[in-house]
This record gives sequence, structure tokens and C-alpha cells, in this order.
Amino acid sequence: MKEHKVTKTIAEINERIRKGEAVVVTAEEMVGIVRENGPEEAARRIDVVTTGTFSPMCSSGAFLNFGQTLPTIKAARVWLNNVPAYAGLAAVDIFLGGAEPAEDDPLNKVFPGEFRYGGGHVIEDLLAGKKVKLKAVAYGTDCYPNTIMEKEITLADLPNALLVNPRNCYQNYNCAINLSDKTIYTYMGTLRPRGKNVNYATSGELSPLLNDPLYRTIGLGSKIFLGGGTGYITWHGTQHNPHAMRLANQTPCRPAGTLMVQGELKQMSARWIKGISMQGYGTTIAVGVGVPIPVLNEEIAGYTGVSDAEIMTQVVDYSYDCSHGVDRNYAEVSYAELKSGQIEVNGRKVATASLSSVVRAREIAEILREWIKSGDFTLTEPVKLICDM
Amino acid sequence: MYSRIYVLRFPRETSDKPIISKLVKQYDVEFNILKATILPHDEGLMVLELTGHKNNIREALDYLKSFGVSIESVSTIIRRDDDKCFQCGACTGICPASALYVQRPEMAVVFDTDKCTGCGLCVPVCPVRAMEVSLDQSVNALKA
Repeated sequence: MKEHKVTKTIAEINERIRKGEAVVVTAEEMVGIVRENGPEEAARRIDVVTTGTFSPMCSSGAFLNFGQTLPTIKAARVWLNNVPAYAGLAAVDIFLGGAEPAEDDPLNKVFPGEFRYGGGHVIEDLLAGKKVKLKAVAYGTDCYPNTIMEKEITLADLPNALLVNPRNCYQNYNCAINLSDKTIYTYMGTLRPRGKNVNYATSGELSPLLNDPLYRTIGLGSKIFLGGGTGYITWHGTQHNPHAMRLANQTPCRPAGTLMVQGELKQMSARWIKGISMQGYGTTIAVGVGVPIPVLNEEIAGYTGVSDAEIMTQVVDYSYDCSHGVDRNYAEVSYAELKSGQIEVNGRKVATASLSSVVRAREIAEILREWIKSGDFTLTEPVKLICDM
Repeated sequence: MYSRIYVLRFPRETSDKPIISKLVKQYDVEFNILKATILPHDEGLMVLELTGHKNNIREALDYLKSFGVSIESVSTIIRRDDDKCFQCGACTGICPASALYVQRPEMAVVFDTDKCTGCGLCVPVCPVRAMEVSLDQSVNALKA
């Protein structure tokens, strides 16, 4: 570890937050601050950089306990608005996956399917205060004799509801193109034939893990903005790959790190958790996440000052390569280029579109900044950093 | 030059008659047919872009109305639910008329109803189904 000229601890930053003296800026604002003052001076001046992302995020869902009815039941199979939930946990505990389609959904039988309703929509409906129809069937035991139960529930009725997302906040992701001669429908959206458009799904310089590329300030127990309320990072996420190819500024230029996060569902909001229908692909869920990065030294300040022009990703073909393990890319492009609306692939101009909302990502970073400035939200010292997991 | 996109609904008695051709011959208004279909109850539905002098277009629309054709601007039948839309931008790669576009540098997704041709491609592409089109409703359903 090299010596730093500026060093701060999370405890010192929290002391400043409590006194109302902490200087908090968003990751977008930090770009200019580091450019003008250099990382060392920025580290002296800035205490916390807030980040944000609001995008479809598969591998999200909720643990729900729906309470007993009489006679009691040991639910074996459970549906919420006809969306199956996993019931193999305990009598009335279930896990509802955000990507689970409704059981009677026609799926892709008439291609491309619409996938209008799924687990993500159930979670959004619960957060909106709507009634949700719960059905449970069981085989019946001496202690849990009931074999079938139906009731209407609301989020307020549930004894426990916890959003638990095994993989959120992908640190960078591919930019998708379709080089076949027919339209394809993917988790990266609808892609027109012969490379007519590309879709990407990262908020770039606002994205949480692109501001702490080596995972040195966050880990188990880091308090975050999650779904409009507060939540916590509980581990790195599934498919976490810290060894992905990186640029000199340490940001990965391939899909790399991920976060596992959780939080109490009842204090979240339908504005920040949304059911998603990807035509021809399936249902999923959009989650709003914001991570505060403590500026502990000039190295971290430098990382948080990264701009869209300094973050790169690759253009990957989703008609064949991606589904057949062909490791090939058609261009390396920066997020500044992607956000300009047009990139060049093989000498041709291609229109770009995002699945990740920059407007909402910015709003999250601003909300988090205000929470911290008001003294309501202090940072937590991780029990174990992600770089040490 | 004035140009607008309209949705025309023809009552069943007129849907088999040549009416639109008169717009050029008598009113000096050019048209571009964006969509034309006959609905199950024999009503006709057409999405037309009319280009010409503003007064000529007004007279042409009056002529159409004399046949009982109901006329709406596309912007009244396609709308975006701004509570649902989370400004991702997935629609902007698909919209052929650039009616849905990203305003830079804010990266806000804007819907310009004047440019919308009513093609409806954005409806299934939107991940939160924020775009709503009522094109295929029959004339009677609209009156009800």
C-alpha cells in the first residue's frame, strides 16, 4: 500500500456529518472538482461522493412472511397474483423472484411475448399499497392441517417483508448490437437487424461501482439508498468478477463486480422499484440503488472523479456471439460516446439507447446527498470490505 | 409549409369510397399514408400526414368531416404515462420518427407528440408500458 497524503476515516467523516459540516457532492459534480483541483485537494475538500443507478436488475426479489391463518398451513406452493413464489423455506415464508412471470402468461408462445406481469410487478403493486391475491396449497400435516388457503394481502398486512437482491449494480456491462438480419428481443431490449441500433445499461460516471472500482470503501454493512429507502450491502453479488480487464484508471471495461443488497421493503417506494416487461425476453424488476463513497484519501478521490469519457465498454453481438460463448467484440466505446446518441461500429454510425435511467440515477445521487447533508444518514464502517471477500 | 399527422376514422358507409384522392385534386394538399386499415365493423382507420398551406388543410379537413369522418391529432391518441416512465431511453432506439428522443446533456427522454406518426412500435418496447395507444378502437367505442 502506498502512503497517502490525505487520510480520513469513516468515523471522522461521520463526525462531520453529525455536525452538519460534511461536504457531500454527487459523482457527476466530483468529475469537475477533481479535474480543477486534482485528487489531493479534492480529497481534502470533499468527504462523501454519492452515486446512483436505476435500471432493470435481474436477480432481485423479496422474502415475505405472510402470517398464519386458522387452521394453520405449511404452504408448499404459493402464488401472488398468480405469480409463483418459492415456498420451500418454512410454513409461511416465501421468496418472490423479480423475474418470475405469471403462471398463465403465454410466454413466447406467440413470439415475441409481452410478459406484462411478473414478480417485479407484484413487488411494485405491494409498494403502491395495492391488494395482492395470495393463494397457497399444502399437503397437510398434524401440526399444519390446512391444505388450501386464499386471501388478499397488502404490504402493511405482512408481518415481514425484506427486499433481498443477490446481484445488483453491475460494475459496467456490455453494449448490445444485433448483426443478424432479423430483429431480436433480448434482456438488453429490442435490437434491430444488421446493427441498426445498440443498447447499453450503465449510468456511467454516476454508477456506484465505477466510483470505487477496486471495492476499497464498501462491503458488508455499508448503508445505501435502496428502492427509495435505506438498505445495506451484504456481500458481493453473484457473478462478481473482480479480475475483469481494467483500464489504467482501474475501471473495468468488461462486466465485473456486482453487489448483493437488502433492505426492509416497507420503507421503500413504488417510484424506485418497478416491474419490468422486456418484450420477447421476460419480466424483471428495475431497482434504484445509490451508494455513498467516503473520500478516504486522494486515491479514492481520483476514482470518484472518473468521467464518462474515461469509462469504456465493448460492443457485443447478441444475435449469436453472446449466446454461443464467442469472445469477440466489434468496438470499444466510452460512455461519453454512448451518451452522445451515436457510436461508430465497423466504420458505420449506429444509434445508441440506454436501458438505465441517467435522470433517475442523478436524482438518487442528489437524494442521498441531501440525506447525508441533513445529518439523517451517516456512513457505516463495513464489517468486511468487498476487496477482502 | 404546414405539416401535421392526423388519425381519421371513416364510418362504415364511406370506408369503401375514394375520398382521400380529392385532397390533392381539389385542395392542393399532399398526403402520406402512415397506416390504413379496415376494422371489424367495416369502419376505416387511417393515419395520414397532411402537408400544404394551412388554410387548404383546414378546408380539406372540413371536406372529410362532411362525410362523417372523425379527425384527431395523433397526439391525442398516443400518450406517455409520465408516472410510469422512468426515463430509461429504450424507446429512443426504436422510434422511427425521432418523436421519442434524448435531450442532452440532461439525458431526459422527451416525447414530441407533433413528430409522432402513431406507428405504436414504442408500446411493446417500453419496459414499463408507459406508452399508450388507442388507435384500434372503433368509432363506436370512441363515441361510447
